[in-house]
Amino acid sequence: MTTTVADRPHGRAPLKEWAFRTCGVTGLKLDRQGELLIKAHAVVATVMLLIGGISALLILLTRWQTVHLLDPVMFYRVLTAHGLTMLVFFIIFFEMAVLYFAAGPMLNSRIAAPKLGWFNFALMLTGATLAEVMIWTGKADVLMTSYIPLRADPLYYLGIILFAVGALLVCFQFFATLVVAKRERTYEGSLPLITYGAVTAAIIAVITLLHGAATYIPTFLWSIGLIDVDPQLYRMLWWALGHSSQQINVAAMVAIWYLLGALTVGAVVLNEKISRTAFVLYILFISMASAHHLLVDPGFSSAWKVVNTSYFMYMAVLASMLHGFTVPAGVEVGQRLRGVSQGLFGWVKKAPWGDPGFSSLVLSVVVFGFVGGITGVTIGTEQINIVAHNTLRVPGHFHATVVSGTTMAFMGLTYYLIPLIFRRKVAFWRAAQLQPYLFAGGMLVFSIFMSFSGGFGVPRRTWDITFSGAPFEMAFHPVVDGLMAIMALGGIVAAIGGGLYIVITVWSVFFGEKFTEADRVPGAKGLPQGLTRPPRPVTAADEKNLPTGRLGHAPGTMILVAVFLAAFAIYYFANWKILSFVWKIG
Amino acid sequence: MSEHGKQDNGETMHTGMVAPKGRWWVPAHKSEKVWFAIAFAWCMVLFAMMPLWHWKGGQNPTGIRAKVDPVEFRARVDQFVDDYQVDVLNGFPVVEPPPGSDIYLMGRMWSWYPVLKLRKGVEYTLHLSSIDVNHGFSLYPVNINFQVVPGYNYGLKIVPTEAGEFGIICNEFCGIGHHMMLGRVIVTNEDGSMPGTTTVAEVH
Repeated sequence: MTTTVADRPHGRAPLKEWAFRTCGVTGLKLDRQGELLIKAHAVVATVMLLIGGISALLILLTRWQTVHLLDPVMFYRVLTAHGLTMLVFFIIFFEMAVLYFAAGPMLNSRIAAPKLGWFNFALMLTGATLAEVMIWTGKADVLMTSYIPLRADPLYYLGIILFAVGALLVCFQFFATLVVAKRERTYEGSLPLITYGAVTAAIIAVITLLHGAATYIPTFLWSIGLIDVDPQLYRMLWWALGHSSQQINVAAMVAIWYLLGALTVGAVVLNEKISRTAFVLYILFISMASAHHLLVDPGFSSAWKVVNTSYFMYMAVLASMLHGFTVPAGVEVGQRLRGVSQGLFGWVKKAPWGDPGFSSLVLSVVVFGFVGGITGVTIGTEQINIVAHNTLRVPGHFHATVVSGTTMAFMGLTYYLIPLIFRRKVAFWRAAQLQPYLFAGGMLVFSIFMSFSGGFGVPRRTWDITFSGAPFEMAFHPVVDGLMAIMALGGIVAAIGGGLYIVITVWSVFFGEKFTEADRVPGAKGLPQGLTRPPRPVTAADEKNLPTGRLGHAPGTMILVAVFLAAFAIYYFANWKILSFVWKIG
Repeated sequence: MSEHGKQDNGETMHTGMVAPKGRWWVPAHKSEKVWFAIAFAWCMVLFAMMPLWHWKGGQNPTGIRAKVDPVEFRARVDQFVDDYQVDVLNGFPVVEPPPGSDIYLMGRMWSWYPVLKLRKGVEYTLHLSSIDVNHGFSLYPVNINFQVVPGYNYGLKIVPTEAGEFGIICNEFCGIGHHMMLGRVIVTNEDGSMPGTTTVAEVH
């Protein structure tokens, strides 16, 4: 792992500032500037996670009616901060780090225009800070969605615009880096699948951020009194931003699934065509899927709703179902190629469960698919949305996708980034091994019980569900108290898991032991197994010896996806049944 | 050479970190094809269910939808109250419209206006709108939810299928008093008598 001043490859004039080091583990070349940009974005993402995480705990302890911690003003303020900080600032800062990683080190390339990178970073940080200040000083109590005509201080909208412009420029810089890598021939053949996934995320990010501009620029002008904005049009545009941005997360998360599979157990790509086509489906169909936020809105016809959610969204659902097969199947075949092939599930039993990168991968795939995916598609059905819209079923769904799915995957990757990018050992190793289980396990309980509460009609985004001070009396079914108490306990466990992650990463990065080649011995503390006992290279002979039964190369995965499909069908049709019990309406 | 499969030439099995060389647009393994076919078929089932429910099902968010000026909507609501008010409950007019008529419910910061008294098994056209910000119509304990957007009238044909007292929760954030925005719907028996069953306030 030496730092060298390398010539620019392929005959161009050497440039002194391109200082590369070669990673001793992956053989990848890292450009110094790119590395610093990755670090900066990752550090800010962690700070955002801390702000969003503390907010999460405060909200949880308020909605848990027994504790009911905050007053209403603070509750709605903290809820605004939680949504924006987590879903926009934390996740996009982390994704920008992923983009720099996928175009730079993954392709052995320098980062195009690093100075522009620092400008973008400053822009994003300024915008995020401005919006945060507006929220915490009480000038933007409008929740994350800021539905017009709720009005925030114009500077709040300006902050988001600055942040979005910065992020948009990072995407263009990412594309420029791809061009640089291609021109300087830093890799041969096609882009690696992981970079391809990142390209998908970046393209969706551009689409999303353009919708963001179409939403926030008119809103800013409206907030200073220049123009009028239609509330229904606002909702449509906002969700073209709000939902598509979740698809940046999904694309980035799936790319990280492939990466974690590769790093931990040498997971293979079964078929490039299938995996890449699935990524393209995300790009083609996801913007229209935003329509599923508007299924019970007055501004749109049923035909519009059905077309946008079914024709279009289900093709994105198909993409996720494909990745949901190819990722675990890649892990299974990767293990079988290396001789771990006893029975149907020997590869599961022998998997490195003590490697937090691997456990994060599995937990992310499982909770995202089984809970987030199934609930999302179901409540995103035109008619079923009648019994779900704006109840706790909605946050119950998206905490399973974006928290125990996307965030869990990001956390898992961090356990590799700490040694590979920050060149430190992971501190508090035992705690790090436990962290994914606490976080995803807690979040799983939280999401499921939140969904159940929503099934009883408990609204989201509401300070007090005893409705004290209302003109009428109303009480929820008594079972709701119990459900929400369990939800709160799950949330607290998840918060402990999230807190552990922050302590571990901050401590490792700033006070951690330096990581050297000599540390890479089996069983070493502070390093994930993918680094201490890396999966051995696959040979042609291994491939020839790969057992194939009636269920193909990955029989275990075939069983797992069959279970998934059965769970999906049961939940989906149970919801139609529930819908059929409510009043006739049309 | 690294341990992570850089030695691959892209034709043998490799990880997603490897840049595949040569032609990778090759037929998928059988198991992948099978799963693709199953997943696609399932997506078609998901697709078919929505039109099917429009055709056969009893709950659809279709509605009569139109833009409406909030001032005009408010005037219609006032007219509606004037025409059919029968009582006052907690300061709100209780309105009992004739079966089959158009009925109005107005969301505003922070109340639902007026209280509706409906009859079981009869169809009404419920007009929902807001005169200020977005609100969320959520009927408890039935669990029917609709978005209420200022400037838009959502006219939904509804048939109350059970008698009793029902709460209307606001489930879209509408400002600091959001959690106090609670309305009331009373559904009488078919003959117009008051239901003797458990009411929403007594559940606790």
